[in-house]
Amino acid sequence: MIRNFWENLTLNQKLAITAWIFLAVPIIFYTTIRFYPTFEAFYVSFMKWNLLGTQKYIGLKNYYRIFGDEDFWIVLWNTIKYAIIGVPISLFISFIVAYYLNEIKFGHQTIRAFYFIPFLTTAVAMAWVWRWFYQPMPIGYFNIMLSWVGIPQQAFLKSVEQALYAIMAPAVWAGLGFQIVIFIAGIRAIPKSHFEAAEIDGAGRLQILREIILPALKPTTIFLVVISTIGFLRIFDQVYNMTADSAGGPLNSTKPLVLMIYEYAFDTYMLGRASALTVILFLLLLIVSLIQLWLMRKPR
Amino acid sequence: MKTLKYFFSSISAITLLFMSVNVANALEIEYWQYTYKSRVAAIDKLIENFQANNPGITIKHVNFPYADYRKKVAIAISSGDGPDLVQLYYGWLNDYRDGGLIQPLPKDAFPHSEIESNFFKMVSSMKVDGEYWGLPTAVRSLALFYNNDLFKEAGLSGPPETLDEMVEYAKKLTKTDANGDYLQIGFGVDTDGQDHHFWREVLVRHFGGQPYSDDGQKVNYNNAAGAQALKYLTDFEKTHKTGSNGFMNRGQDAFAAGKAGMVLDGSFRISKFNKTEGLNFSISELPGHNGKRYNFSSFWANAISSKAKGEKKEAAAKFLKYLTSDEAMQVWLDTVGELPAKPSVALVDANKQHPQYGPFIRGLDYATATTFISEKPQRQSLIDSYDMVVLKDMSPEDALAKVSKKEQELLDDFFGN
Repeated sequence: MIRNFWENLTLNQKLAITAWIFLAVPIIFYTTIRFYPTFEAFYVSFMKWNLLGTQKYIGLKNYYRIFGDEDFWIVLWNTIKYAIIGVPISLFISFIVAYYLNEIKFGHQTIRAFYFIPFLTTAVAMAWVWRWFYQPMPIGYFNIMLSWVGIPQQAFLKSVEQALYAIMAPAVWAGLGFQIVIFIAGIRAIPKSHFEAAEIDGAGRLQILREIILPALKPTTIFLVVISTIGFLRIFDQVYNMTADSAGGPLNSTKPLVLMIYEYAFDTYMLGRASALTVILFLLLLIVSLIQLWLMRKPR
Repeated sequence: MKTLKYFFSSISAITLLFMSVNVANALEIEYWQYTYKSRVAAIDKLIENFQANNPGITIKHVNFPYADYRKKVAIAISSGDGPDLVQLYYGWLNDYRDGGLIQPLPKDAFPHSEIESNFFKMVSSMKVDGEYWGLPTAVRSLALFYNNDLFKEAGLSGPPETLDEMVEYAKKLTKTDANGDYLQIGFGVDTDGQDHHFWREVLVRHFGGQPYSDDGQKVNYNNAAGAQALKYLTDFEKTHKTGSNGFMNRGQDAFAAGKAGMVLDGSFRISKFNKTEGLNFSISELPGHNGKRYNFSSFWANAISSKAKGEKKEAAAKFLKYLTSDEAMQVWLDTVGELPAKPSVALVDANKQHPQYGPFIRGLDYATATTFISEKPQRQSLIDSYDMVVLKDMSPEDALAKVSKKEQELLDDFFGN
């Protein structure tokens, strides 16, 4: 029957059906795996639900409880700190590296690959290696190195003040490769004639950097700012794997929003509250994305 | 279009294949547990024994990583799929019962009087609303592992018998370099490990308290007993300087590396330490205080899921009967290193005097099982209060006031108060 049906179709119809069969895969994937759960999260955020029992409507109570929880504000501030400190640092370093890497010919590919490898490495494996680097003597490399130069041991991951930065470091490091590659591509896309014209006019290196490269890289920079802001706002793997018991400690000093969502959902099985937090994170990311659209808008 | 035809016909062939697999083997029941090498080996062996004696029943053993275990079980059973017989941590009982994931054990196969006279008393935590909801093969307790070589070097001959001795021993076992950095710790608290049980069920009781109210609905450690217990634990790092929390990542790693004199852990750690080359250790009961001893016990229970009906339920009950038999318990002890759940098996002389299991088994006599509603966030209470005292210099009283408030909210949420 299927065969008869198929053979009665015109070629165009056949092509259309074939095309739709292939298109159906991502469409079905996105609607069932991505969009549907997203909308479901809004719905569940008004419920009390422990995953096992029935859902009970409780209105805005999940939101009240979240906003009334001092830990939420600590966690929100941590999340923002990851972004507002991590993004400028990582962009600054990656721009410097890209700028100089672009100028050298010898070993360019190899060095670029070295910077890119961490980006390809599993975050979990990397987090654990760094976790061991940060250990106290006699096994932690960083502390051993500090002791060589006579600096007292640092607590790193076990300190309320340092832990967040200690976790941010591998996250920045892992993202560098990607940003460097994008920056280099951006620099190379600047027409050669601009540089030639500048040289003829007698512009110095700094002037070229300030007047040509930086303005030309504005779209690239905005793109990277947004991508890495969203990345830092969603930081999870590093914190989950580098803190004791994956708890974002000590004393919540490193816990980001995503980890809090995870804990509500899969440790205490408060799916409603976890969903409410997800909605809050969603709004946060939405705002960041809207600011991006606004910054990238074409001048009229 | 030949390819397309092949595509459709192979899809229908695969569908048919799946359907036929489902029809065959009518009496296959599924047993679920989390993946842990020795536990998997033990269940495989028990299934083999059971199937030899019950040719009509096949048992499919499914296991997956602990991290996903609870989620998968919940989702599978509530969608009518999943195990007929399932392992659950005793602290999850309330959740599982509320969620309708498990059913009471049939009284004819498991008479209550028999359970109550045959099993250790902590198994009574599986009885709710006049029904038993599951039974363990094995139970766990805590003991003190100590490094014989380091003890000898420090001039110590046996394990500490009291809490005060433990502090003295820990001091003697600690070595630091010129800067005061640890080279070897005497006893390091590891809040990531078993030490929260030690604090809750052992120390709090030693100092005259009781961690929770009898019905488990109220936090009861926010008082002098709790504070003294927390002070005892934090003093190791803060005052006595015998080690730091999580030295060498985890207490068990430091001990395995021969860099820790003492560590508290469960019997399930014996096999790891036995396999560690060059580690010469002994095990003793937890130190006492004022002539009393306390211990913490916990267990994984086997329960019949709500999905099992009719002959599958009968088969599940039959297998459960075997899993809780004396024979199975001995197999479990020998393979996994967890202690038999019945005194009749545990307290035979060979086990009681066993140099490695003995201290754990003797500890079962005076052990309590905490009625957790969710172990991880409740463990956070100790992790946080410890950090508040050690890292933020807060008093134990203030720290406990803070964490107990939070834990009480968790309990209230759960019990709907």
